[in-house]
Amino acid sequence: MPDTLIQKVLGRASGGRAEVGEIVVCEVDLTALIDIQFAHDRLADVISVADPDKIAIVLDHAVPAPSIRDAESGRKARAFAAQHGISKVFDVGRHGIVHQVLAEQGLARPGTVVACTDSHTCAAGAVGAAARGLGPAEVLQIVCTGRTWHQVPPTLYYELSGRKSPWVNGKDLFLHIAGHYGDATGHAVEFGGPGLAGLPMSDRRTVATQGAEIGADFTIFPADELCLDYVAAAAPGAELTPVGPDEDASYAAIRPVDLSAVSPMVALPGTVIDNAGPVGDLAGTKIDQAFIGSCANGQLADLEVAAGILKGHQVAAGTRLIVTPASQQIYLEASRRGYLADLVEAGATVTNPTCGACFGYHMGTLAAGEVCLTASTRNFKGRMGSPDAEVYMASPATVAASAIRGVISDVREVAA
Amino acid sequence: MSELQVSGRAWVFGDGINTDDMYPGFAMRLPLPEAAQHMFHASRPGWPDLVRPGDIVVAGRNFGLGSSRPVPLLFRELGVAALVAEQFNSLFFRNCINYGLPAATLPDATKLISEGDHIEIDFGGGSLESGGRRHTFAPLPEFLRSVLAAGGLFGQLEAAGKLRPAGGK
Repeated sequence: MPDTLIQKVLGRASGGRAEVGEIVVCEVDLTALIDIQFAHDRLADVISVADPDKIAIVLDHAVPAPSIRDAESGRKARAFAAQHGISKVFDVGRHGIVHQVLAEQGLARPGTVVACTDSHTCAAGAVGAAARGLGPAEVLQIVCTGRTWHQVPPTLYYELSGRKSPWVNGKDLFLHIAGHYGDATGHAVEFGGPGLAGLPMSDRRTVATQGAEIGADFTIFPADELCLDYVAAAAPGAELTPVGPDEDASYAAIRPVDLSAVSPMVALPGTVIDNAGPVGDLAGTKIDQAFIGSCANGQLADLEVAAGILKGHQVAAGTRLIVTPASQQIYLEASRRGYLADLVEAGATVTNPTCGACFGYHMGTLAAGEVCLTASTRNFKGRMGSPDAEVYMASPATVAASAIRGVISDVREVAA
Repeated sequence: MSELQVSGRAWVFGDGINTDDMYPGFAMRLPLPEAAQHMFHASRPGWPDLVRPGDIVVAGRNFGLGSSRPVPLLFRELGVAALVAEQFNSLFFRNCINYGLPAATLPDATKLISEGDHIEIDFGGGSLESGGRRHTFAPLPEFLRSVLAAGGLFGQLEAAGKLRPAGGK
């Protein structure tokens, strides 16, 4: 029986064939622990870890600690690393949002199984990993046992063709899919087709990260040449063992997407599912805050496009723009290339790499009645602050262009 | 297994209830008993004052879309005995079982159950009774029933000698 990509990866990890619907027990190649998991979790009670070399600790959600409680989480994380001999520790100063860190450190690899408590762990699907968010209790179990279970999901296949237009980003592709095809609850989402080769890794990473927003169990891209080059650059010398789907694999649905037909998109507040449309539908909506950041859109490519649009312009009076690089490595490179200077000159606030504003925990929190246009992960009611604020979602290019005008704007007009 | 039989009063929510609604970001700064007072802050503010220990939460499709934050700990804090939904987000479903909160998938649950109904659920046998009518659902696999029987993964890991008892040295 021919297998889909997720069946292939889960099959290998479980030492057999992974049939759709079956529950398989998999070896986990990498488990990432994050700062907030240490807050009220039982990690301090763990007697021994299955393999310290398969664990990474990344401080990202609340760094540098905005409260004593968060400072305690950092202290517990460091103590855990010392007690169990964990060497892959990305503490404040070497930190970044966990999914970005796993990518740039070459810890997320094709054909492997990755686990972390953060729901956007599916980001590692961009490099062909079977990666998903799991609850804190379950991640603690994996730390102890080295294994987890997955129910093999049926796969929705997005067959990409054509080439994307200028200014169109992975976010637009994702919102196109979410707005047009709706949710993927209980399914894996796989990408392929002749258009894939022209889709940069930064776009693939945005799309894979956002798979959580349509409820997908896994979002996964095949490890093509572009992907293997990307991983090899991050993990020089590492032995990579990618797998691909069988040619005549059986999919729950095959959905063609012509990349040349994807235009800049905006999601309305609440959810992305069946709730996104072309930017023109919402152009002119006044925004109080604009945000570019998170594991989905704090990449170097995202900052590059935003800086390019904002250079020589000013953020509109009455609008504030917050930009959060996803990691220290990105922060440094964006600084060297002058992107940060362009952004700050335009009136943007550039923050420390953290999940902060994206989940309304620290920094950039919205007041009642405010409107935010965000290039981050979620537009849930109350996600970024007051439940009486509204969060629209778009690409970094659309957010940058809209920040200049103070209203939701079509980047193709602003940057023309 | 009697611990997998639950009965109580139903609260009925709609489709697409997400984790940030149940466990808002700002509440992650608070101790669990206080955080629980903010459940459903966006969709149904004030609900934590109305719910009673033993109640059951019923929801529609795509229940629990969102993050891995330990929402079931807040339900347990309020004494919620079980969850029923037409469709669960898989991360949320696993999270519930792993924290010892029984959860059942019953298509059409929000049509079959009205708010305030007294319902009885047998998670081991896969049946739910409401208004004198009995509905069946796929029972949980044995390995998940054993997680529930242990009160969640922590109980199981303690029994297996992999986790020190809570508060222990």
